Amino acid sequence: MALPSKTLSAACRQFSLLCRRFVGTTAVRSVHFSYVPDTPDPKHGSTTRMNLFQSITSALDVCLGKDPTAVIFGEDVAFGGVFRCTVGLRDKYGEARVFNSPLSEQGIVAFGIGMAIAGSTAIAEIQFADYIFPAFDQLRNEAAMFRYRTGNQFDCGRLTVRAPCMAVGHGALYHSQSVEAFFGHCPGLKVVIPRGPIQAKGLLLSCIRDENPCIFFEPKILYRAAIEEVPTGDYELPLSKASVLLEGSDVTLIGWGTQVHVLREVAAMAQDKLNVSCELIDLCTILPWDKDTVLASAAKTGRVLISHEAPVTMGFGAELAATIQSECFLNLEAPIERVCGYDTPFPHVFEPFYMPDKWRCLEAVKRLVNF
Amino acid sequence: MYCLARALNLIATNGTRFNVQKVAACGIHHTFAQQGSQSTARYEDKPEFPGSRSRYVHKLEFLDPDSQEGIPVYRVLNREGTIIDESQDPKLSRAIVEKMYHDMTLLNTMDRVLYESQRQGRISFYMTNYGEEGTHVGSAAALDSKDLIFGQYREAGVLMWRGYTLDQFMNQCYGNQNDLGKGRQMPVHYGSRDLNFVTISSPLATQMPQASGAAYALKLQQKGLVAICFFGEGAASEGDAHAALNFAAVLDCPIIFFCRNNGYAISTPTKDQYRGDGIAARGRGYGIPTVRVDGNDVFAVYNATKAARDICLTQNRPVLIEAMTYRIGHHSTSDDSSAYRSVDEVSYWDQQDNPITRLRHFMVLQKWWNDDAEQNWKMESRKMVMKAFAEAEGRKKPSPDSMFHDVYTDMHPSLKEQMQAMKKHVTEHKEHYPLEQYDKMT
Repeated sequence: MALPSKTLSAACRQFSLLCRRFVGTTAVRSVHFSYVPDTPDPKHGSTTRMNLFQSITSALDVCLGKDPTAVIFGEDVAFGGVFRCTVGLRDKYGEARVFNSPLSEQGIVAFGIGMAIAGSTAIAEIQFADYIFPAFDQLRNEAAMFRYRTGNQFDCGRLTVRAPCMAVGHGALYHSQSVEAFFGHCPGLKVVIPRGPIQAKGLLLSCIRDENPCIFFEPKILYRAAIEEVPTGDYELPLSKASVLLEGSDVTLIGWGTQVHVLREVAAMAQDKLNVSCELIDLCTILPWDKDTVLASAAKTGRVLISHEAPVTMGFGAELAATIQSECFLNLEAPIERVCGYDTPFPHVFEPFYMPDKWRCLEAVKRLVNF
Repeated sequence: MYCLARALNLIATNGTRFNVQKVAACGIHHTFAQQGSQSTARYEDKPEFPGSRSRYVHKLEFLDPDSQEGIPVYRVLNREGTIIDESQDPKLSRAIVEKMYHDMTLLNTMDRVLYESQRQGRISFYMTNYGEEGTHVGSAAALDSKDLIFGQYREAGVLMWRGYTLDQFMNQCYGNQNDLGKGRQMPVHYGSRDLNFVTISSPLATQMPQASGAAYALKLQQKGLVAICFFGEGAASEGDAHAALNFAAVLDCPIIFFCRNNGYAISTPTKDQYRGDGIAARGRGYGIPTVRVDGNDVFAVYNATKAARDICLTQNRPVLIEAMTYRIGHHSTSDDSSAYRSVDEVSYWDQQDNPITRLRHFMVLQKWWNDDAEQNWKMESRKMVMKAFAEAEGRKKPSPDSMFHDVYTDMHPSLKEQMQAMKKHVTEHKEHYPLEQYDKMT
């Protein structure tokens, strides 16, 4: 059930207050997009109102309740986590299954790989995606290659690593990064980014139960800003399947995570201001990604805009653009546009200028249709 | 191979450094056949494994750390401000002690103003130093001002001691045109080339092995300087902490590892962080001289740091200091610590074991300080803080195009194109960007 807009704006006000209390968002800044809630699939049963962090908690609750081997750990997880994703789980499932780890990302991921090898379902939390790099060796050289290098004798498919990602308005260099492209270069891993609460719960449960190690990046600005009617029970959403959120005929817009919501506004603006019909695709899974959906859309519209917060050079958009031009060369009416973060570290007070915001994206749509 | 070991042992007992290459080069292997029939008994009284420096035992016994007494806590001042053992009196002048007190309390006042300003949405983030002022000022006062400092993020008092001004603190927190960091980092990520304080980065423990490397460079340059690395007991769990301590020990680096053990890594209490006797217990494992001090006793911290510096320079080796203290404030403005610790616990430390109170007691006993002085200083320091705060708030932020600078020494053509595109876009759509808050674009 879609929320009435009045409720949503009340929720946004609440978000701003809560942010000041917990995440430190200032009152002078507001989120750079409007959140349009998804509608739950009736076949997933009864729903309740949840924000993104609550839907994550709900997924973890379902998992711990059904899978006696499942454990959750990471820095500050025991009291509920700095983003409140594990609130109540320690009380419900005990400190042996929901616990604080010492402060070591490489330790957290490696511990999870070991648990997975020995038959447990390991759900590890890295406090911010920006801090995942001490664990890069464990993810890239170990988790990603375990099945392959052991001739499929051993694997760590029961490992899922969760980490908050993307911009939050004031996170600067080390609380804002979009790091998906680094892991997009690691065959053997699955990399997933939800756009909202319904997606987050279904995709996280799929990741946890997938037989391959998964990294699940949660756009942190959505933890409180995104509120939807989320199915309370157990459901999964397919990995490696992109969502077509809006059908259109002139331009294909591709994004993931927070940027999906920016692009949704761009589509509306393009329709209003330019009379251009946009098709909006949420890639959902970065690796392995859904070529069929993307290529079908690109072939239909002939114009593609890809947008992500990560720096443009070697961002995952580069991979999409290369594949689209190779597979849809004769369908393309204009060069593929990428509107992304600039090739600098993510800067603090310059965030309004750094972001691939709707105004930059709209200019790119103009270039695509005027080519 | 026992005869090789014997030969090594002989060399070692002759006072030559244990050196396998040297022994091999001398052709000692040739003696194997000739001496192979001799009894082994006389060589078994001491283990001769490479690097070994202990004895054989003949009963199985595990080392149980739980059965050993904890490492003691060095203290100079008791809570009433009296020096417990006169031989430990650092004999600091009144001027130095007053500067210590002024800096600790000024830091406290600055923390209150900036914390409140974040609550009002005027700056985006803040971290207070409440309760740890003694570790900052006591250590900073014992250093040479050219010693190179690698901080974690809660060492503002160290910078204050060195002369980082209120204006500089405030400018950084606002990320304005006078911020030495050019508005790029979150608040409290201070740094100053002039004050030999390497700029803070958010990732934990990354500065630790860097500090070891810096100390090695200082040693090679024979400058008579040390590096000092601050870190928390939580950061000590990172792999980088291990690398830092081991590198420094093996490579004989003149570095002081200064651990602020304040009881919490955000919400994680020390019992979830380590099982042993704190961070100090690790020193022995790395072969690093170690001391644990009462971090709420500014004189104990001063004495320990001063002595550590001497060891670094006279013996060319690292020293580990574990300063026991308590984080009275929340981890940051993003944290509400009432979710994981009691108000009673916090107020115990605030009221019963506060480093500022203890130093004030000492000064009052010396007749260097009284209620009037306290009242006057409180008003004066608050005025200073508010003045700097208002000025920093009034300044514009750096020009938006400056975000493209310093990625490399020179801006390469593709980045220059991006900068031009940003400027063009923002100029054409200026109604959507807060340009009035920033310096003009070039």
